[in-house]
Amino acid sequence: MKKNTTVPVGTRRKKLPTPGASILNAPYLLWAALFIIIPLFIVVYYAFTDANGNFTTENMSGLADYTSVMLRSLWYSLAATAICLLIAYPFAYVVCKFRPTSQKVANMFVTIPLWINLLIRTYCLTTLMDNNGLINQALAFLGMGRLPLMNNTGAVIFGMVYNYLPYMILPIYNVMSRIDPSLLEAGEDLGCNALQRVRRIVMPLSLPGVISGIIMVFVPSVSTFYISAKMGGTGDYMIGDLIENQIHAQNNNLPTAAALSLVLMVVILVSMFILNRFTDDEEGGSMLV
Amino acid sequence: MEKKNIIELKDVSVSFDGETILDHLNLSIQDGTFVTFLGRSGCGKTTTLRIIAGFLQPDEGDVFFDSKRINEVPPHKRSVNTIFQRYALFPHLNVYENVAFGLRVKKAPKEEIAAKVSETLKLVNLEGYEKRKVTNLSGGQQQRVAIARALVNRPSVLLLDEPLSALDAKLRKDMQVELRRIQRETGITFIFVTHDQEEALSMSDTIVVMNDGKIQQIGTPVDIYNEPKNAFVADFIGESNIIDGIMNKDDTVTFAGHTFVCVDEGFAHDEPVDVVIRPEDVDVVPAGEGMITGLITQATFKGDYYELIVEVKGFKWMVQTTDAYAEGQTIGIVLDPDSIHVMHKSEYSGLYGDYSSFSDEEETAPEAGE
Repeated sequence: MKKNTTVPVGTRRKKLPTPGASILNAPYLLWAALFIIIPLFIVVYYAFTDANGNFTTENMSGLADYTSVMLRSLWYSLAATAICLLIAYPFAYVVCKFRPTSQKVANMFVTIPLWINLLIRTYCLTTLMDNNGLINQALAFLGMGRLPLMNNTGAVIFGMVYNYLPYMILPIYNVMSRIDPSLLEAGEDLGCNALQRVRRIVMPLSLPGVISGIIMVFVPSVSTFYISAKMGGTGDYMIGDLIENQIHAQNNNLPTAAALSLVLMVVILVSMFILNRFTDDEEGGSMLV
Repeated sequence: MEKKNIIELKDVSVSFDGETILDHLNLSIQDGTFVTFLGRSGCGKTTTLRIIAGFLQPDEGDVFFDSKRINEVPPHKRSVNTIFQRYALFPHLNVYENVAFGLRVKKAPKEEIAAKVSETLKLVNLEGYEKRKVTNLSGGQQQRVAIARALVNRPSVLLLDEPLSALDAKLRKDMQVELRRIQRETGITFIFVTHDQEEALSMSDTIVVMNDGKIQQIGTPVDIYNEPKNAFVADFIGESNIIDGIMNKDDTVTFAGHTFVCVDEGFAHDEPVDVVIRPEDVDVVPAGEGMITGLITQATFKGDYYELIVEVKGFKWMVQTTDAYAEGQTIGIVLDPDSIHVMHKSEYSGLYGDYSSFSDEEETAPEAGE
């Protein structure tokens, strides 16, 4: 089958490099080499070397001890991603029906939290949700019992949803708002009720945005470290916390941290690969890979 | 043969933000005919189409489908399909799935869908394109997919919203013939919206000329051309010289300083009227032999004819003739009774039909879509 000849910006279509293009690319290539490619090799190097600088697979095989932490990370981040999607998709759909000015306002409210640093946002959340936090104080004041809002699994997932929700909403909204309204009219004309229009037209056409959103929420969620440490209980330790711990708190265990990072990277790459199977390489669904 | 009315609009009015778009429109459309709404952009023709499709509800008045009132029936429950101006094909589906869309929504059996889709693709000459992406098709092919996608549902009425405006001139002509053929073969009522009078004349059974949210005239192409009701219609359809005249009595009219014999009757005694003379109906004779005389101020060779601008008593006429004439010549003009058409005065009198500021560019200036 012949492919589209007009390729949108940001797709994987390979073009023959021209001399002009390579000059324009040079700054980024230099950047990528210095700060992405070389560090990647350093991580690989550490993951397969022992304290004396000799090759070893012990760092990798030692990770078996952390299987439960890894599975937990995967499970928490999948849950957070799913909840974000369930909240973001209907929200984006409704916002797209607003008048243009109202759409701008709604978008601003979505992005406002991003103006504040994630650590501070999370810290503020803890002061709200603590056993002695504002919410529980209010509940106590009203004569109701205090709720165990903090230091449990629910709190960690809530924290991740809270922090990463905008990253789900924005790509979905972006793609959805660009769906030509006449397509929905065409659907209506061809016999679709409101629900069928969503299922047969809006959903398939907004899939690239959903994929982007899933990637943008899942990737930081699975590697998150501050949220789980701050809001979770003792059993909510995640892979990001583990890596952070290996680096500084304990015995400066870089090889284990590197091995963990490598595994995390593979997990992320595999999930992105799977997700991109769902979209054509058109329309920008693969813009992150 | 009397056919039933499939669509009726009764006293339909629509306004947006206080601006009247449709002004008490009354219209009946016969089943199985090719009807064209003709008018400039903003005349209300697309609004009328959207009311029939159900995308818009009239502020006042009623819409009837097969004698049943359908004001509140949503588009997906109407036996009406639309071909949109920019086709609105589903980019995530291939040609086959685009055409099959309506049948899939209705949960038709697989075999039935396959049979109907291939039959319809054949009708629009797109066999073998089933697996193609619609985004890779040419404008003309996309147009055909849009037609097939609507026709496959066998609607009672097919609405076409300036469907040919995005095509180049050659393709337009082909599609005009094609659409006319499809309409005859299927017997489906076509309601076609256009601002192109030539398109309307060559395709339609009935033309509805619209302006300012009102219907100016309804009739066959021949009627509309030969018997325009007012100066707007006369000017909009083809070229017309519209001259002030006095209807002395039945079959006698005076204009340009001469009293002519005509075939129009039913006017008041000495009623002021608009007289329409089509440029091709003017007989040019040597000066002194005509009923009136004029001075050629402009002569343009057009290939199969000459287009003259002739000054007659301070009024500029357009005249088309096959004989060669040059600027500055004085000529005589003869008008047969048949070539004179008399109209009552209307709000459009005096606005149209004078060629004193005529230029070809003005005539061919492209009109923006609605």
